[in-house]
Amino acid sequence: MEGLLFLSGTVTSLAVLLIIVFLFKEASGIFSKRPVEQGYVLVVNTANPVNEISAPEIKNVFDQKVTHWDEVGGNKDTIMLFRIDDIEMYFTEEQIGENFEFLPQSIGKLVDSIPNIIAFVPEKYYSAEFGGKILEVKRITPLGFIRGREWFPTAQPAAQFGVLPLILGTLLVSFFAILFALPFGLATAIYLAEISDSRIRSWLKPVIELLAGIPSVVYGFFGLIIIVPLVQKLFNLPVGETALSGSIVLAIMALPTIITISEDAMRTTPREMKEASLALGATKWQTIYRVVIPYSISGISAAVILGIGRAIGETMAVLMVTGNAAIIPHKLTVPVRTIPATIAAELGEAPQGGIHAEALFALGCILFIITMIINLTVEFISKKRKSARI
Amino acid sequence: MNTENLKKTGRKKRVSQTIAFMTFRMMSLLIVLLLIVILAFIVVRGAGAISWDFITKMPADGMTAGGIMPAIIGTLYLVAGSMLFAFPIGVMSGIFINEYLKDGLIKRFITMMTNNLAGIPSIVFGLFGMALFVNKLKFGDSIIAGSLTLGLLALPVVIRTTEEALKAVENSFRDASFALGASKWYTTRKVVLPIAFPNIITGLILSVGRVSGETAPILFTVAAYFLPKLPNSIFDQVMALPYHLYVIATSGTKVEESRSMAYGTALVLIVIVLIVNLSANALRRYFHKKVKMN
Repeated sequence: MEGLLFLSGTVTSLAVLLIIVFLFKEASGIFSKRPVEQGYVLVVNTANPVNEISAPEIKNVFDQKVTHWDEVGGNKDTIMLFRIDDIEMYFTEEQIGENFEFLPQSIGKLVDSIPNIIAFVPEKYYSAEFGGKILEVKRITPLGFIRGREWFPTAQPAAQFGVLPLILGTLLVSFFAILFALPFGLATAIYLAEISDSRIRSWLKPVIELLAGIPSVVYGFFGLIIIVPLVQKLFNLPVGETALSGSIVLAIMALPTIITISEDAMRTTPREMKEASLALGATKWQTIYRVVIPYSISGISAAVILGIGRAIGETMAVLMVTGNAAIIPHKLTVPVRTIPATIAAELGEAPQGGIHAEALFALGCILFIITMIINLTVEFISKKRKSARI
Repeated sequence: MNTENLKKTGRKKRVSQTIAFMTFRMMSLLIVLLLIVILAFIVVRGAGAISWDFITKMPADGMTAGGIMPAIIGTLYLVAGSMLFAFPIGVMSGIFINEYLKDGLIKRFITMMTNNLAGIPSIVFGLFGMALFVNKLKFGDSIIAGSLTLGLLALPVVIRTTEEALKAVENSFRDASFALGASKWYTTRKVVLPIAFPNIITGLILSVGRVSGETAPILFTVAAYFLPKLPNSIFDQVMALPYHLYVIATSGTKVEESRSMAYGTALVLIVIVLIVNLSANALRRYFHKKVKMN
């Protein structure tokens, strides 16, 4: 029996370990695969000096933002795009064959005859013996993943996995959520810890617990029905699903965390300290902001950090009210997309084991690392508090 | 300093205190108001949707009519399944950490890991549950995969409340039992646990509240969009209340028509949370009184 106790004592450590292993294992695939559309290849003329191209470059080429080969490391020729549908412009139906049996030859011939071509064709219609060479797509690097500015996981010809807009979206929404929540949270904590009598406290505490207990999807629903239209009307926006709506909903959700933890911290202020201050002629308010708050400042900062952690990891409410546009946000009144919302919205559609699913697991890793750092910071702060008190 | 000046600073001090306290009182009041607004919004609009049929019927007409019975049943299954897993392990873990582990590196490490697990976002649990239970162990989208994922999420809550409950038991009880020659395990079982039991149950109730409202962990492990039948085994998919609310609030084809269903579902969720919170509070108060009387 006692052995069983020991086993269950290790279960959380085991769980954390397993989470790390599975998350990172599933995510690691993204850095070993090439982000080109499954079953398709990019083919160029054999004389083309370019052998490899990155996914963002492909997007620019096919969006015609990049029009010359020298911009992607080749010679000075303009780039000629070729998609499989364009085949009829060059060959008749007879030349291709009824069942496309001569298509590989045709494509080979075409690529051989046009030196500046880039052809995006199904893999089965390409064969090296008929001419042309495969233009390899560069693997995604961790740095490219973090710094990439475009998130189009299902784009053709190459999926774009740039997390920067998602990271910035998450930070923006969470930061403003805490900014909104902090004054109210602190005021309530001070009120609870120092000002209110026990009667008020005894019903204000359950109210806050209740706020903490409401499921996030209900907050999301509330935000969708009340806050989104309100934001839209107030700021005269085309859509109300914005970073601001997300911040407001998250602020409400972060309140209980901030209130309870900072109230607990304020309550640990020794009575003698407060009484000494009052005895010197300070008012209660002066005592609060000169003695109680400085004494409990590390606990308050722990509350703030934990609140940020909650906000960063929150999924459903944010998913429902922020509009989910993966663009780098420049202001609060535009739609944004956060990391958790992206995972929740896309994992259902991403084929299992594909690069898209792996990218979402990589997002999970980023989230995990952020929250781990936050937890360790809080741990560090509270340990320092304990040793400082002794 | 003359008396005139003293009076002046005294008045200034008092005025700034009055202003500050007023502000704090107002801001605290605003939070209460906020809760009232949220509750009123859902209760007033949801009450119209609630009926016996709503709770006992299958959804119909593209989820714009009928009831939410399968979602309620699904959530019940998930709560029961996750508690079956999290409660025994969590309580045992709490006992081990508080009664058996001595203060030191190992205890610090385990506590840190428990805190870390508690801090991991729920969507990451969803990812993990999908990778391990759904794909690796080949449970598929099923009650068991969802329950295990939710159980893992509830584990830190159970462990922490158990620890707190055990910590609240005075050492004199333990010492008395040891002095009578009882073993550690016997003491824990016969002396410490019975005293701590009410508080442990409170933790269980609170984690039930938490689990029943979670959406992100069940998105990819169990939840079905529309499944108008009840599960036959633990390897079946189910509908669940929070996911149902998410679906009909955002991605249904007839979002406007299913609004009243959404309010009703939100109300059912809120009622569950209310019941959980109130009963936890009542239990806490009841046992508190009892302990005091003894």
